[in-house]
Amino acid sequence: MNYAQYVLPAYGVVFGAMAAFTAVLLLRGRRLGRNVADEDKPWT
Amino acid sequence: MLRSLRLVAAKDLRIEYRSRVATNQVLPFALLVLVLFAFALDPDSGTLQRATPGLFWLAVLFALVFTVQRSFALETADGARDLLRLSALEPAGIFLGKAAALMAELLLLELGLGVGIVLLYDVPTRAGGLALVVATVLAATCGLATVGTLYGGLAAGLRVRDTLLPLLLLPVVAPVLIGANRAFEAALGIGGRATSEGWPWVGLLTVFALVYTALGLVVFGPLLEES
Amino acid sequence: MTTGGATAADTEAAPPTASGATGVAPSPVGRHSATGTKATRVIGVLALIGVPLLLLLGLVTSPEDVEMGDSVRIMYVHVPSAWLAYLAFAVTALGSVCYLWPRTRSLAWDRFAGASAEIGVLFTGLALATGMLWGRPTWGVYWTWDARLTTTALLFLLFLGYLAIRRLPAAPEVRAKRAAIAGLIAFVDVPIVHLSVEWWRSLHQGATVARRDLNAELDGTMLFTLFLGLIVFTLIYVWLLLHRSRQLWLEDQQLDTSLDAAIAERRRESGLPPAAAPSTTGAAT
Repeated sequence: MNYAQYVLPAYGVVFGAMAAFTAVLLLRGRRLGRNVADEDKPWT
Repeated sequence: MLRSLRLVAAKDLRIEYRSRVATNQVLPFALLVLVLFAFALDPDSGTLQRATPGLFWLAVLFALVFTVQRSFALETADGARDLLRLSALEPAGIFLGKAAALMAELLLLELGLGVGIVLLYDVPTRAGGLALVVATVLAATCGLATVGTLYGGLAAGLRVRDTLLPLLLLPVVAPVLIGANRAFEAALGIGGRATSEGWPWVGLLTVFALVYTALGLVVFGPLLEES
Repeated sequence: MTTGGATAADTEAAPPTASGATGVAPSPVGRHSATGTKATRVIGVLALIGVPLLLLLGLVTSPEDVEMGDSVRIMYVHVPSAWLAYLAFAVTALGSVCYLWPRTRSLAWDRFAGASAEIGVLFTGLALATGMLWGRPTWGVYWTWDARLTTTALLFLLFLGYLAIRRLPAAPEVRAKRAAIAGLIAFVDVPIVHLSVEWWRSLHQGATVARRDLNAELDGTMLFTLFLGLIVFTLIYVWLLLHRSRQLWLEDQQLDTSLDAAIAERRRESGLPPAAAPSTTGAAT
């Protein structure tokens, strides 16, 4: 693949950033959700 | 509403007249910026002449940040904001009044800056461009004043006001910077532009001013309520 | 990126002491992720299928462009990122308007607006980064002030300002109104910014070297990959939006309960009996 030094980092940045965002989101969510009962949440 | 407008505008301008912050501090600062630009860009290479519109409007933007902070610092001190809310003045009138006062102060600053650039930057003046220059200044300043009043109201009384306001204000007024620059370039004939090329930009600036005046009229009431 | 199925590790741990002191019932949260529902699980699974497919098509299967070579592959992530940046901004604007409009006023709109802005910043940054990585092989420079990139950069700054306002400590309603107004001011600006930047840069376009840009005449596979990218990214956005806005609800709840928890802790430490009246409002909007 020509220009691989641009294409691969681009994909890496995109999916890496999304994965990191998601991970932080899920971890924080787990920590926050621990103290609230399921019934109280408006979306369940 | 016109009464509120007049009252608030007169109050702000009277305070400014008595304290002379705009004339004694902000205008010198703006002129200082012009001088600093000359240090940054070599005056001999012609860059300064070509960049004159941009530098002018940048100096105006920096001055805008200070003037807006000042305009709302006046309200926050001594709980004046609450008194303003409790008074019978309509929020729309208060908005227009503060914007009008801000516009007057900015026009004064721009006049000073204009003299500054004519003197310092050796700017070519063209008779045909004068109408364009005046129209641009009016439209752009109106837009800056309305946005400034809106954001000033939003950020007033908040502890981090000073650093927050530039971050909020400057990206939003980017179109004014772009438009006013292109119009000035046309008026001054920079880059070989004809004066006629500048008028569409004045149209853009007018739209900007109208949009934010309308938004301010609608939103200033709720904005004043919360604190 | 799973939303958390039932795993042994997730099931109830012993309730922490603080909750005993405040009288909050130990949470039977264990089996589900805190903010997951059936909807998010479905979307999550679809996204999880889509991502490898996109990677395969984008990096391997689709052909290279006649002019641009393999750098066109960056477009398959750049265009969806940019699309999502604008979508996120639109959602923030919508949430702001709906919050300010008395008939639809609800803190839920504010949470959508805030969550969307956070995700929007992410995608705007990605759009800028991928744009630069595409620009280097194509134009030879990382940044030309072309209309699209410049507008995206301004969008990024507008987002940052909005998020700065949201971070100011305030009661949820105060913060919501303030942020909604800020969101409106920024949103109303976007078309004007777009127009002015387009006009401005089009003045220069003729003079510069012919710009190689992404044209509509794309090979079938390339077009498909692009659309796949759009769909996958949109799914990811929705998934993130739902989770994050629910988290914001949890955070607001915590504001109520954490104060009580802290007070109870202080009382325990100093040997006082626990406070008699519970003071949490506990109510969502």
